[in-house]
Amino acid sequence: MIEYWNPLIERMPLEELNKLQEEKLKSIVRYVYEHSDFYRKRFEEAGIRPEDIKTLADVTKLPFTYKKDLRDTYPTGMFCVPNEQLARFHVSSGTTGKPTVVGYTKNDIHEWATSLARAMTSIGVGRGDIIQVSYGYGLFTGGLGLHYGAEEVGSTVLPTSSGNTEKQIELMKDLGTTTMACTPSYFLFMTEVAKSMGISLKDDTKLKIGIFGAEPWSQQMRARIEEITGIKAYDVFGTSELSGPLFTECTYQDGIHIWADQFLIEVIDPKTGEPLPDGERGELVITTLAKEALPLIRYRVGDNTVLNKEPCRCGRTHPRIMRILGRVDDMLIIRGINVFPGQIESVLMNIPEVGEHFQIIVDRVNELDVMTVQIEMTDAAFSDKVNDIIKLEEKVASALHKVLNLAVKVELVDHGSLPRSMGKSKKVIDNRKL
Amino acid sequence: MENKIIKQISLFSENKPGRLANIADKFRDAGVNIRAFTIAEAGDFGIIRMVVDKPDLAHEVLHETGFTVSETNVLGVEMEDVPGGLAKIADVLGKENINIDYAYAFVTKTEKALLILRVNDIRSAINALERNSIKLVDMRDIEDI
Repeated sequence: MIEYWNPLIERMPLEELNKLQEEKLKSIVRYVYEHSDFYRKRFEEAGIRPEDIKTLADVTKLPFTYKKDLRDTYPTGMFCVPNEQLARFHVSSGTTGKPTVVGYTKNDIHEWATSLARAMTSIGVGRGDIIQVSYGYGLFTGGLGLHYGAEEVGSTVLPTSSGNTEKQIELMKDLGTTTMACTPSYFLFMTEVAKSMGISLKDDTKLKIGIFGAEPWSQQMRARIEEITGIKAYDVFGTSELSGPLFTECTYQDGIHIWADQFLIEVIDPKTGEPLPDGERGELVITTLAKEALPLIRYRVGDNTVLNKEPCRCGRTHPRIMRILGRVDDMLIIRGINVFPGQIESVLMNIPEVGEHFQIIVDRVNELDVMTVQIEMTDAAFSDKVNDIIKLEEKVASALHKVLNLAVKVELVDHGSLPRSMGKSKKVIDNRKL
Repeated sequence: MENKIIKQISLFSENKPGRLANIADKFRDAGVNIRAFTIAEAGDFGIIRMVVDKPDLAHEVLHETGFTVSETNVLGVEMEDVPGGLAKIADVLGKENINIDYAYAFVTKTEKALLILRVNDIRSAINALERNSIKLVDMRDIEDI
């Protein structure tokens, strides 16, 4: 039997759901116009007044919001409430410039937890489950976000945060963790450390579900993880600007459910800004419908995805987005060809001899881009004949060439030599000085 | 026939400074003695092949250190250290249509040369060599060298 956290909302007939979204859209547009100088100015520049938004389709009349806007108004210039109404701040790492600050009212935190409680219920996590949250706690939204969601849904939280991996594995075993929440790369690292401790996550723990996200990972990587550890691995999606991790797939693993009463999603052509028909790949744009402290109007999330408005087999009517394989700005341009790291992962994970770890290195040699993909030698792939190894390198290079239409240098490196990550893994090293 | 098969340790290594020193250190600490040794290098990586006195221990030590390592079945052929020694062996195997994947040789304390061979059909190779009175060494000989 399929369980729902809020069946009334989650299974609401589409017509009613659209009506609800429309009312919420109109009210959030009016709210930001009245509470934020930033938005009022932005709307005026675009010649838009709140009363111009009469239907859901009118959303396209609204101007976009960008990450740059959050930076330009650092720290709290876009907030719609005074500081004394804030319950919490989170701050993004700011690896590419100024950090961005996100504020939450008490209601915002509750809405966030509710979104995750619905998501967790949809993957069979609830009362009686022990959720080990190995996302970082602190300014990063992953740890505290999942923590509040897990408490909301009635599970028991083991707030390990990231790092101290051996202890994490001992606790997982001794306390009977059923659900892991972390990045997929950290989970892979844990399986390696567990192995070195003589512990099999499959046979020696009660682990059955993984809530993995904060970095793109492919369907093929999921198949690997599920096979190695015997768990069901689910994608969790969200970004700090929207609150943090918010949505997951359901047990059908057929797209991430975006709660339409809380968020309005569009997929647009990143170049023209025009909405794309359902089923076409483009950039995700989200309008928050329920946030108080930092509502965002048509926020350019920057992730590449496909929208699916068909109700899901699980009975939920809310729209779904395809698993996210990379951000628009993760795209590498190699000799004029667009390459997404996710494409490379998909190819590699389809080749049984290739292990779970890889790294992409881009250099410019004599004015020419050269992409090298490093993969680790595995026990299964090792042969003591040089020719066999060269053949494997050629096999991988040719599989990549077919998909990317680009010559790639493949290098086998020592097992364990590529960096293991506690948080978001860095798969691309771009040495080009452009 | 089984006792004529020698377990060679083969390991993958990136072509980087310090890799060999690391292996040698581990063997010293574990008390493993290398009898024969060769590196097949192919640009960015190499395959190190070794015949040691305690192959199982060597395998365990290297595996625990994190190397990708395997045990490979090879033959150890005793040759007179005189001209023509190698030709005879190659001739016998060639006539039986047995292919040599790779080979390397070293000279022992007893002034014999020992040829390590990986072939595509180890059982036929043992039969052919023994039929032609060519002496194959076993693991015990390797320990005693």
